[in-house]
Amino acid sequence: MNVTKIYDPDGANVLALDDCCMEIQAGEFCVMVGPSGCGKTTLLNAIAGFHDITSGEIHLDGELLCSGTRMADPGADRIVVFQQGALFPWYTVLENATYGPLVQGKMAKAEARKAAEELLGDMGLKGILHNYPSEISSGMRRRVEIARAMMNDPKVLLMDEPYRAMDALTKTVMHKHLLDVYDATHKTIFFITHDLEEAIFLGSRVYVMTTRPGRIKKVIDVDIPRPRDFRVLSSERYLSLKGEAIEAVHEEAKRAFEAGERELA
Amino acid sequence: MQTAAMPKRQEFSGDAEISSASLFLYRIKLWLKSPRPYTMFTGLVLFGLFWWLSTEVLKLPRFEKLPGPVSVFREWFSKNPAYGISIYTPEYYEHIWKSVLRVIQAFGIATLLGVPLGLFMGWRKTFKDYTFPILETLRPIPMLAWVPLAILMWPGREAAIIYLTCLSAFFATTLNTLLGVESIDEAYFRAALCLGSKPRHIFFRIVFPGALPFIFTGLQISMGVAWFSLVAGEMLAGEYGLGYLIWNSFILVQYPVIVIAMVTLGSIGWASSAIIRFVGTLLMKWKARETAL
Repeated sequence: MNVTKIYDPDGANVLALDDCCMEIQAGEFCVMVGPSGCGKTTLLNAIAGFHDITSGEIHLDGELLCSGTRMADPGADRIVVFQQGALFPWYTVLENATYGPLVQGKMAKAEARKAAEELLGDMGLKGILHNYPSEISSGMRRRVEIARAMMNDPKVLLMDEPYRAMDALTKTVMHKHLLDVYDATHKTIFFITHDLEEAIFLGSRVYVMTTRPGRIKKVIDVDIPRPRDFRVLSSERYLSLKGEAIEAVHEEAKRAFEAGERELA
Repeated sequence: MQTAAMPKRQEFSGDAEISSASLFLYRIKLWLKSPRPYTMFTGLVLFGLFWWLSTEVLKLPRFEKLPGPVSVFREWFSKNPAYGISIYTPEYYEHIWKSVLRVIQAFGIATLLGVPLGLFMGWRKTFKDYTFPILETLRPIPMLAWVPLAILMWPGREAAIIYLTCLSAFFATTLNTLLGVESIDEAYFRAALCLGSKPRHIFFRIVFPGALPFIFTGLQISMGVAWFSLVAGEMLAGEYGLGYLIWNSFILVQYPVIVIAMVTLGSIGWASSAIIRFVGTLLMKWKARETAL
């Protein structure tokens, strides 16, 4: 894909994404990292079909998904895991998990139920099948949301800073869980975050974005072997990759901060 | 209430289903343990005492013509009431039943029309653009201003009274349903689209359940204004009903009956709101558990 997105609020063009060009391989765990407001979510929303783009094209499996003249339709081949979480509060965990296959008519009710019970069981969520989202912890909610996405066998999982609001301890548990899911399924994942350590720990390839307008500044291939666990975090390779990334990001963060100062002044 | 309930939460993190009945009993138990029922009782007693002193003992200016609690309750529970209305006379229940029946009809029609209309208005922006200005112009018109048109439109008093009652309930229901749809987080719509929902799924599985909390708030308001409009309607034109009873007793100088009818109205109005709240809790288990525990 190569994408440009221009927002046009009150006549003042804001170039959010500038000629952002990247290719994600099937089965790749791709992480995009960058400062707040660099257009990460804009790009993800364009892929998901929530926003249009100004120019450029996004292809999925060789098929044109969206272009400057055509917006993508949201669909079950690209499922988003949202920043704030979007489990339907009026459905139980099990009903949330079976939602996709049922509305798509892909499975009968009993079949979907069985598949969901199995998947949720594999993810260690057996005990909460009949609970409502408000009754379980935020970590569990996020796991259920990933399970709900996996129930549809999507081509790509789009994750929009899903662990942003979590404390560090919960985060490590969530990372391990996501890595387990990835190792087991090898789904293509497009993960956006502003947390560098998270990016390198999880991803196979990390795209470092510039501040607005969003451009790709650096691509880091993370060659740390999988399966990974917390021990990776103290390995030499991890630390050197992190150092490399910090250098790229620090410059951007500073620029973003200064730009913010100017906007406020 | 919140803090007392906190430890309970643990019990529900497992597979266990909680029934609405046990939740209801649990709430009553908590309520009895709190100081609220006793302060409530004290408040009522103090109010009764003031009423009694001001009307029957001290006969304060402005209050001296009003019926006091002793004369009201003596009449209300008398087997042989002086003005023909007490809990032992069939006329009393006839009046109640007529009013209740009218409210049920008006409230039912208002809900059946108002909820779908509000859902559509919230769901489809174009539809809202067409209809919202009309709603907002008609809504503030006081119910009494509709009386002449109601008489022109409907044959007989009965239909006109129900029409007026229905109208005021309808606006409250529609507006709250609309607000309910608009309160649903955009992320739920996006998630539903991602998961492959067609428009009908969005309507029945996202818009409707998502708006339910607001719908039930609207229904409670709508029940309140329905009673309000009904009594006004019955005072203007009616042969039966609590509103009619109040006005007629005033004309016939049967003052204790006025208060009997008023207290009856208050109690029935309160009970009807409680029923709506109860149905709401049954339909929104997810919400009930969220707020109750």
